[in-house]
Formats: sequence, structure tokens, C-alpha cells
Amino acid sequence: MSAVIEASALRKEFTVRVRTGRLRRTRRTVTAVDGIDLVVERGELLGYIGPNGAGKSTTLKMMTGILTPSGGSVRVCGLAPVPQRRRLARRIGVVFGQRSLLWWDLPLRESFDLLRHIYQVPAGDHAARLRRCRQRLELDEFLDVPVRQLSLGQRMRGEITAALLHGPEVLFLDEPTIGLDLLSREAVRGFIAELGARGDTTVVLTTHDLNDIERLCRRLVVIDRGRVVHDGTLESLHERFGSTRRVVVDLDEPLAEPVDLPGVTLVGTAAQGRRLTFSLDGVGAGALVARLAAVAELRDLSVVEPAIETVVARLYTAGSRDTAASRAGVAAGPDAEPAPGRSWRAPSPTPGTTAG
Amino acid sequence: MAAAYLALLRGQVRSQTSYRASFTVDLVSNLLVTVGDVIAILVLFRVTTELAGFSRSEALVVVGLSACAFACADLAVGNIDQLRRYVRTGLLDALLVRPLGALPQLLAMDLPLRKVSRAGFGVTVLVVFLALADIDWTPSKVALAVAAPVGGAAFFAAVFIAGATVAFWWIESGELANSVTYGGREIAYYPMTVYEGAFRRLFGFGLGFAFVAYYPALALLGREDPLGLPGWVGWVAPAVALPAAGVAAVAWRVGIRHYRSTGS
Repeated sequence: MSAVIEASALRKEFTVRVRTGRLRRTRRTVTAVDGIDLVVERGELLGYIGPNGAGKSTTLKMMTGILTPSGGSVRVCGLAPVPQRRRLARRIGVVFGQRSLLWWDLPLRESFDLLRHIYQVPAGDHAARLRRCRQRLELDEFLDVPVRQLSLGQRMRGEITAALLHGPEVLFLDEPTIGLDLLSREAVRGFIAELGARGDTTVVLTTHDLNDIERLCRRLVVIDRGRVVHDGTLESLHERFGSTRRVVVDLDEPLAEPVDLPGVTLVGTAAQGRRLTFSLDGVGAGALVARLAAVAELRDLSVVEPAIETVVARLYTAGSRDTAASRAGVAAGPDAEPAPGRSWRAPSPTPGTTAG
Repeated sequence: MAAAYLALLRGQVRSQTSYRASFTVDLVSNLLVTVGDVIAILVLFRVTTELAGFSRSEALVVVGLSACAFACADLAVGNIDQLRRYVRTGLLDALLVRPLGALPQLLAMDLPLRKVSRAGFGVTVLVVFLALADIDWTPSKVALAVAAPVGGAAFFAAVFIAGATVAFWWIESGELANSVTYGGREIAYYPMTVYEGAFRRLFGFGLGFAFVAYYPALALLGREDPLGLPGWVGWVAPAVALPAAGVAAVAWRVGIRHYRSTGS
């Protein structure tokens, strides 16, 4: 394994002018990325998530050579993105969910052909990659339609194809599923999953769609206010934030005596004690069920996986409190709230079990 | 590498001509604008036959040189004023992720084909006015008659680019850059003797607009400079494009490092 992306103490500051009076303006420095350390190995599929304004896009733009870092260092494919931008561009692919990299007035087919010349891709390689994308992303029916007439879902499939035609080693996807309908989203997701599974392309994905994360990312880097607040698997995220699986059982009769099992806590009773909810911490659901079956008659049972929405929302709140405190040098009160406008845009929460 | 830029140009040509009617209208209206400019000057000469010590045919050589230089520069890089829009909307991102220089891409993608008519008219005007003037043609004067509009075009191009880079620092710069480029063109249209003192020193010599058309015209016409510069100045005047291009290149390089993109 070798590192494809290495960032250390990466920073980006912007100077903004704020109106403070009728004519007066003051300059203020806003830190968008505040010392990020990150190493991504070849073939990883990394989810890079955080609330709006956390610095996700800014990080990606520093990695792709669009923005010049204010401090720290970053290397992608062993190259310094800004000074070696043009060399790097041949080795990475970029998709911006909110911005088209295609020719607005030309059909996709012609855009792809232009890209072949721009990246100087051998005709055979180009044709082979395009064929694969055409099949997997079902491009054929709109290949000859000008980009301006495509639906968002069609365009996004075109954008992803465009980013892959030169065979990049790293693919940066900035909110590729934003605004897509369910079917397009599923198509895009399936394609990314396949790409990740093949292991020859490193994928960095930013998203607000938590289903993308659960489906695609083995590793999650969560940033908030320009800092990494979590780096690890989805499971370790759950562990760290105490989100636990729950078991809900329906009994014929209320229990005679409470269940006493280490790691099991009774968190709710309903229906006069005939419906019980337990939370599990380090115990398998099997152990609890076996114990219950021994002392009572089980009628129904369900296991509820933790919803990532809640975990991530909790993480952001905790994260912003941490950083606020560390910056100010004093402990912020327990009521420290994230700044307005930094809310987490979760998709409509899915109640009950989430598909694992 | 050239093939890559050619591909971009091809895409641009295909995009623009995909709106056929509007393209034709643009072509014609652009021609009318330039014709109007020249007519305005001819009207001036209906009132007077002499302009600050220059006869009509002499002054028209200055007009021809600057009109041709400006129209060619406008065709090649005129749409760089769109940089403002690219910076404001973050569209520049799209150019920066491609393995090509951002500036050539910007020029190739925005090449205003509709301005072809203007450039063609500029060249025509130059040829006609040179033919009308009383010039004692020698091979070196022919060479200067070619070098002067080329150098002048490069000079205007540098002014266009340097002016546009203001957008990297100041997005709300509005038409500031255009006031320098179009203002500079107006200055270059007339013999420098028309202008007075500080204004002439600043725009003519300081910013270099006197060297676009006025000095090459003096050399072509074999006239002495009423302002007192030696005769060889007219022969090297087209080289004014070099320092201008240097300044523009530095401004661009520094500017692009200041590019801030947009949120998300």
C-alpha cells in the first residue's frame, strides 16, 4: 500500500470584508480549513463528510490544485497540486455536483471526444472506458442530446464518465448525488461502489447523503469547522459516540423480574410492560434473546440498527463544542450550540431498521 | 499540446455556431460597431483638414494602425473580461482541473468568433489608409507596416489581460478594466500632439499607448516627432508589447494564486 494523498497541517484562510456600517467595512480572516492531517492509501474509498461550511469543498479544491493552501502541505499522487497542477490533472478526475465540467451546448458524445484530445488519451483506451461507462451508466439514450437539455441525473452520469475517460488514479467526487432522484442516485451509487470494489481507483467522496456513506465508504473522515473530528470506520464512529443497537421485544406477560445481563440496559417499556426496549453495548442480540426466552414467552422481536443521522448530528455538535473550546482556550458551556446556518441536511430520517 | 487547444477551439466553434441565427446577427452588429468608429473619425475630418499638425491622410495612418491592432487583440483575447464572471461564479474551477493552462483555455473557450468581422474590417481599414497616405515604400517600411499592428495587437492583448486580472482581487471591479482598454484605444486613435502635458505623459508614455500607432506612423510617413523623440523610436515601437506582456504575465500568475473559488 502506498499513500496517494498526503496532507499535513493543511490550512486555508480567506479574508472577507464585513459591512459594519453604512460605509465602513472591516476585514476578517475566516479559517475554512484549520490544520487537516490525512493520508489516503491507494484503492481506498473515502467518505469525506461534514456540515455545510465545514471545509470539505475547500479541502478538495486544495487537493485538485484549484486553491492555493495558506499553510501546511498536501501531495496527491506525489505531486504538489498547485505548482504541478497540469501534470496532476492528467492523473485525477473531478466531479462537482453543483458545477458542470461539460460543454453546455454540445452533445455528450462530442464533449467526450473533446476530452480525449484535451487529455491526449489513446483512442483505444478512450473507447474501452467509454464503452464501460455507457453500459454501466446507461448513457446511450441521451448521448446525442446537448448537455443543456439533459436532466440532472443524466448530466451527472455524463460528468462521472467525463471524469473517468482519461483513466485517473484518484477520483474526487464533490456531492455527486446532490439533487438526484432516487433512481439516478442508485445508479450513480452502484457505479461508484463498483469502482471502489475494483480497487485500482482511489475515490474521495463528499456527500450530505448518509445513505451514500453507509453504502459506499469503508472509511469515514468527518470534518467540522475545518478540523478532522473523526477518522475511521462507520462502526468505530458508532462505538465512539455510544450509538448502540437496540432490541425491541413483545412478550405475552410482563417480566417477573428485570433482566440482569452485563451490557444490556432496559431503556423503555410500553403496553403495560409487554413491550420492552433494550440497548446493547458490547453484547450480541443473541445472548439477550436467549436469556429472555428462558424466562418469558416471546411473541415478536426486532433489532434496530443505530441510525447514522443521529450519530453524525451528535458528532457535529460535539465537534463544534470541542473546537470552540480549544480555540477560545476555555471550556464552552454545555449549551454551546453550533452556529446558525450550519445545520446538518439529513435526508428524511428512516425509522426502524436501516439496511446494513 | 497544440492539438488539445485546437480541440477546445473546435468545441467553441461548434457551440457558438449551434445558435445559427444569433451568430449571424452578432457578426453583422459587430461589424457595424467598428464601421461606426471609423465613420466618427472621418466626420471629424469633414470639419477640419488638419489635426494637431497632421494632415488628414497622415492622421488616418494612425487611425488605421490602432484600429487594426485593437480589433485583432479584441478578437483574440477581448473576451477575457468574462474572467470576472468565471471568478465570481467559480466557473474557473472547471478550467483548473484540466491539464491545460487556464489562460489559453479561457481564451479558446470564449473566443468571440462574432468579432471576426471587426478584425477583418480593421485590417481593411489599415490597408486602405496606408494606400491613401503618401508613403515612400521601402522593404523595411513594409516590414514595419506588418510589425506595428502585430505589436500593437499584442500590446492591447496584454492590457486586456492585465486589466481582467483585477477580478481576482476585486470581484466587483465592474467595467474598470474596460475603461482602461477602451480608453486606451481612443487615445491611440489620435496623434499624440492632440493631448496635453500630464495626460500625454501618463497615458501616451507611461502606459505606452503612444507606441501602438503614433510612433510607427511617424516612421512610415518619414516625419520627425514634434514631441522631440529620435527617429528610431518609431522602428522599435512595436517592441512595447514585450514589457506589457511581461506585466500581464506576472499579474496573471499572482492573480490565479489569489483565486478563491466559491463555496461548495
